[in-house]
Amino acid sequence: MELNKKKRTGPVIFSEYTRGDVVKKIVTMKRNDILFELKDSKLRGRGGAGFPLSTKWMLTSAAKSDEKFLVCNADEGEPGTFKDRVLLIEYPELVFDGMVVGGYTIGAQKGIVYLRGEYEYLLKPLEDYLDEMRKDNLLGKNIAGRKGFDFDINIVLGSGAYVCGEETALIESLEGHRGEPRNRPPYPINTGFLGRPTSVNNVETLAAVTHIVMKGGAWFAKFGTSKSTGSKLFSVSGDCDKPGVYELPWGTKISELLKIVGARDTKAVQIGGASGFCIPKSQFSKTLAYEDVSTGGSVKIFNESRDMLKVLKNFMEFFADESCGQCTPCRMGNVKLLEGIEMIEKGQYTFSHINKLKDLGKTMQLASKCGLGQSSPNPFISILENFNDEIFNRGNGGTNDR
Amino acid sequence: MLVAEKNALSEEIESYVEKYGNDRSALLMILHEIQKKHRHISDFAQQEVARLLNIHPVEVYSVISFFAFLNSNPKGRNLIRVCQTISCDMQGKSGVVQAIERELRIKIGETTKDNKFTLEYANCLGLCDMGPAMAINDQVFLKLTPEKAVELLSKVK
Repeated sequence: MELNKKKRTGPVIFSEYTRGDVVKKIVTMKRNDILFELKDSKLRGRGGAGFPLSTKWMLTSAAKSDEKFLVCNADEGEPGTFKDRVLLIEYPELVFDGMVVGGYTIGAQKGIVYLRGEYEYLLKPLEDYLDEMRKDNLLGKNIAGRKGFDFDINIVLGSGAYVCGEETALIESLEGHRGEPRNRPPYPINTGFLGRPTSVNNVETLAAVTHIVMKGGAWFAKFGTSKSTGSKLFSVSGDCDKPGVYELPWGTKISELLKIVGARDTKAVQIGGASGFCIPKSQFSKTLAYEDVSTGGSVKIFNESRDMLKVLKNFMEFFADESCGQCTPCRMGNVKLLEGIEMIEKGQYTFSHINKLKDLGKTMQLASKCGLGQSSPNPFISILENFNDEIFNRGNGGTNDR
Repeated sequence: MLVAEKNALSEEIESYVEKYGNDRSALLMILHEIQKKHRHISDFAQQEVARLLNIHPVEVYSVISFFAFLNSNPKGRNLIRVCQTISCDMQGKSGVVQAIERELRIKIGETTKDNKFTLEYANCLGLCDMGPAMAINDQVFLKLTPEKAVELLSKVK
């Protein structure tokens, strides 16, 4: 396989770390000290939603139960996201040690990695890695010599459902049900896996935790902006010379990122995957940060030769396929939006209908049960608005010869 | 299905239940093991899983029908999944698919007559920086050209 390890450099995630160091450090620390360190770091969830990690772990650790769980969400199904693959292949020590820190902090005895079915080829190497950790007493009973600190990790393989990246859908499927999202509240922090308090964290968040506990929250907060601290892994693909995973501090301008990855003649950038927003050339001075253009890390680059309607159609086909079908706005809405795109493609549309579909998109954003349907109209609305000229005026002067 | 085959399958499923536990939360991993070995989860297998986990067979079926990678009907011995999401699409997925279709004389979604290959699309495989990508069973192949893709298939047993 061509997925070999590379030597990477970066300010935070890709900085030096040796397996087991953080585990040996935390067993001498109090839980509250770890929580304060995380609070100082202002680390926010890296899956895309950006919920403050210290709050999530404080609530989970305060929840009363004889059993708690820590789930590592490695179901990265968002089109254009592959940072978790790189972390799990090249930096498993960051992720798993981060899970041990989480287990210690919230008081969980069991960690579960929910690995997406598409990454089945990682199952064996990761299980071998966990075995190594058990041999070194980094997992199992009385970890690193601390009496009563028991924590173990097992891996559960998903089976090709995008919606299972949503935390309650993920928990449903872990419990052996269809991966349909639950109503929230109750949130998993008090009613999660098997009804127990459960913290669901992104792979990259856990990797960041390892560095924060080693080097301090203040060190982490030095990077990035005041509201978006630290760095982010960006999964860059599309029209550029050097696609791949890049670690950049939050607050990097889109134009700077494009220069780093060697993109030329760029027309548009889709930030945040299929469910994200399409940023046209005129807005490349925006910054990548929770307070400006928020993202889980997917960056897709389109150059001048690309047909944005085709791009949009590809996204909507994806959503129509991946909607779990539980709630009507998402099940029906995505199909209607896709039909609208096909109408435009064939030239059989009316503007009044397209405007109705944009309204439908806004309804879906409000009325869908989970993040899938709430965000799937984003590309429809942003591409039709930002590339209005290209899409609707193609018959008279449009450059795309459809 | 012969009685001997049924017994063998029951024993196999029992061994999975032993490995993953008889709680419903073991269901996904048990189904995954059966799927991996038999390329599908037959009605009989579903009934056995349900019996051992103490749930209704239709609950097992409901989970199988939900997930893209689980199926109750048999497919070819080897499953080819070509990524259809935008990055792979822009890097030339269509050429790869057409070459495979010509070579195997099937269309997307079909199985060859000798039951050797089933060809399908997959949504994002998470290999966008090295597309076009496809998976043959649990192995992934990157930076495909039409020629390379067909050559890979000739190596599959």
